Amino acid sequence: MESMSNATSGTREMSGAEMVVQALKDNGVEHIFGYPGGAVLPIYDELFQQEEVQHILVRHEQGAGHAAEGYARSTGRAGVMLVTSGPGATNAVTPLQDALMDSIPLVCISGQVPTTLIGSDAFQEADTVGITRPCTKHNWLVRDVNELAAILHEAFHIATTGRPGPVLVDIPKDVQFARGIYTPPQPAPRTSYQPKLEGDLEAIRQAVALMATAKRPVIYSGGGVINAGPQASALLRELVELTGFPITSTLMGLGAYPASGPAWLGMLGMHGSYEANMVMHDCDVMLCVGARFDDRITGRLNAFSPHSKKIHIDIDPSSINKTVRADVGIIGDCGRVLDEMVSLWRETVTADHAALRPWWSQIEQWRARDSFAFRPNRDVIMPQYAIQRLYEMSKGRKTFITTEVGQHQMWAAQHYGFEEPNRWMTSGGLGTMGYGLPAALGVQIAHPDALVIDIAGDASVQMTMQEMSTAVQYEAPIKIFILNNQYMGMVRQWQQLLHGNRLSHSYTEAMPDFVKLAEAYGGHGIRCDKPDELDDAINEMIAVKKPVLFDCRVANLANCFPMIPSGKAHNEMLLPDEATDEVVATAIDAKGKMLV
Amino acid sequence: MNAQLQPTGSAYFIARDLQQPESHTLSVIVDNEPGVLARVIGLFSGRGYNIESLTVSETEHQSHLSRITIVTRGTAHVLDQIRHQLERIVPVHRVVDLSVRATELGQERPLERELALVKVVGTGENRVEALRLAEAFRASVIDANTEHFIFEITGKVSKIEQFITIMRPLGLIEICRTGVAAMNRGPEGM
Ligand SMILES: Cc1ncc(C[n+]2csc(CCOP(=O)(O)OP(=O)(O)O)c2C)c(N)n1
Ligand SMILES: [Mg+2]
Repeated sequence: MESMSNATSGTREMSGAEMVVQALKDNGVEHIFGYPGGAVLPIYDELFQQEEVQHILVRHEQGAGHAAEGYARSTGRAGVMLVTSGPGATNAVTPLQDALMDSIPLVCISGQVPTTLIGSDAFQEADTVGITRPCTKHNWLVRDVNELAAILHEAFHIATTGRPGPVLVDIPKDVQFARGIYTPPQPAPRTSYQPKLEGDLEAIRQAVALMATAKRPVIYSGGGVINAGPQASALLRELVELTGFPITSTLMGLGAYPASGPAWLGMLGMHGSYEANMVMHDCDVMLCVGARFDDRITGRLNAFSPHSKKIHIDIDPSSINKTVRADVGIIGDCGRVLDEMVSLWRETVTADHAALRPWWSQIEQWRARDSFAFRPNRDVIMPQYAIQRLYEMSKGRKTFITTEVGQHQMWAAQHYGFEEPNRWMTSGGLGTMGYGLPAALGVQIAHPDALVIDIAGDASVQMTMQEMSTAVQYEAPIKIFILNNQYMGMVRQWQQLLHGNRLSHSYTEAMPDFVKLAEAYGGHGIRCDKPDELDDAINEMIAVKKPVLFDCRVANLANCFPMIPSGKAHNEMLLPDEATDEVVATAIDAKGKMLV
Repeated sequence: MNAQLQPTGSAYFIARDLQQPESHTLSVIVDNEPGVLARVIGLFSGRGYNIESLTVSETEHQSHLSRITIVTRGTAHVLDQIRHQLERIVPVHRVVDLSVRATELGQERPLERELALVKVVGTGENRVEALRLAEAFRASVIDANTEHFIFEITGKVSKIEQFITIMRPLGLIEICRTGVAAMNRGPEGM
């Protein structure tokens, strides 16, 4: 085999474990997040003997996965996690499913018991490819060391191209020890996997023609635009400018169009703005770019945007016509399709912004409802106020925001203004409590000098709190800004809406002292419960060069409005000033109760 | 109003899908690699699609391609979704809805054939009657002694169903069916 060794092409003989590290390098990986164990020790031994790939030792494999997701979302590159067999792999399931639902490129490498023991119920054996089949875009069990390199390269290719997603490569321990031929990444991907990137020109032409006649248009953009890279966001902004159309976005799409932009309507959907939802309901032409008509977005489906022609751009053909029928479906990469659209519009349309004036004045009336408004309070910190202050004090900087899941997440989306793509990481599709803290860690590892803030809930943050220890170890000064309402606020809100305000197990009886907890980890703790002390406390948080747990004591029983109650349509929103206790208690009918 | 497009399973799908469900036959060309069948079956169970019949075998040995034939039931919209979801599976090369293709070709339905082995135990009148009927159905006897026959029968699903119904009172004790193999009529390949 010596004759095959060729330094320039990178084809060499080596062990399977060496191949793993070599493949990481050849795929441009600088950081991986992992946790060792018996079935990955050979790989850990290789990591030990090199410096190009830095390994971040987390405290729980779930943390590794979310950190890798945060890393991926903030850089646009694949995030990588490394876990051992059995419990290591099962702990990876939540982040894999999270990445699947939010289309995040995540490569998970797992150790497996030796091939000779597979199927024997060996110690720490689990059917990892079986367990992770439905929560990955693709996965592999590698039985032959000579296939390992090609599989690893293919894994990176599949994770990062087309609709991005998580992949898993399961490597038995004997394959890690075995020696074989390493081959570098090849530009010849498998024939059955050929994502379609270029949109059909005829369809794009139809779309532009439809848009040109619109009297009440809207652009509804989603995470697909973020995934298509910063260029796609730039093109989206250009299209908005050219057309004069109003634009809203999903939770996942925030930042593609700047919140300070004149055409911005705010987020849409269940807790979206009144104007965004009314525009969706009353529009005549809807351009959906890289979003998927999720149930949190559409409200009651058979009342969704009843008078509009719908144009849907998505890289995944199965997204088009899945829940809402598109009049014009365009399969392709959002960036490339937007590029064509912008040029076509420039060539063929003389935009008549004046024709949109009645529509805009209608929008201004809806805007005037000020649907994110809340009653200020001089004694108690309102959670919305806390986010507003956090925004004001961090906006000039290179700031990244992650969140946990709950009311705080929605308030963050409503009140923090995102100006750039890739600055906002939240668990949208799966809604994973415990996502934000490790995601912030991953973001901070990728951007050591940035200000990285996890807007957290008191309950969520306790799910992955152990990663504070990782943050301290790697001197990652993440700021965990906890909106501490003593409740699983979102659960409590739903209990109020649906279950006669019987607050079954949604109150946290034994809240830890977050300040002491921060100190116990070697971080910095801050507590604030007075509105007039908040700015100073936030300044302190930003200034401290350590991981911070900020215990922000907020009004305990605030509800998150506006809201489209379950089973209702976009134009049946519950607005904050109308949401009296009585209205809240009866907002959802029997049918709506069945829904989640 | 938007037509209701999908079965329940999501928060807002209260209204029912109003389209009529139909039975369609899909041909799926896949790389014959470990786990590929599990991916296909997992997709059907995970998304709540149904499988009426499924057959699989490697058809191109050199290129390791297998052909999976699935008979499924759903509204036109669900069938469309099934095809797109199948196409997302990485080792899936092509998905052809043979029923749709048949309509395009001006035919009622694709060619569909199934093979069944049917064991019938009995003596006297029943035994004679079973053999007589088997001949009428062009089923062949592939094993027998004085108390039993095993018939091999090939044909349309409806023919096999009918044969089984007729054999039941004549001492049928065991059935094995292959599931449907299918292709479109005419000179063109898939
Ligand atoms: C892992 C997980 N378990 C349960 C839930 C259901 N859930 C959604 S929000 C929520 C409460 C979150 O409470 P907290 O973190 O304090 O946020 P708040 O709503 O109070 O802002 C729960 C339990 C979930 N989303 N994720
Ligand atoms: Mg809370």
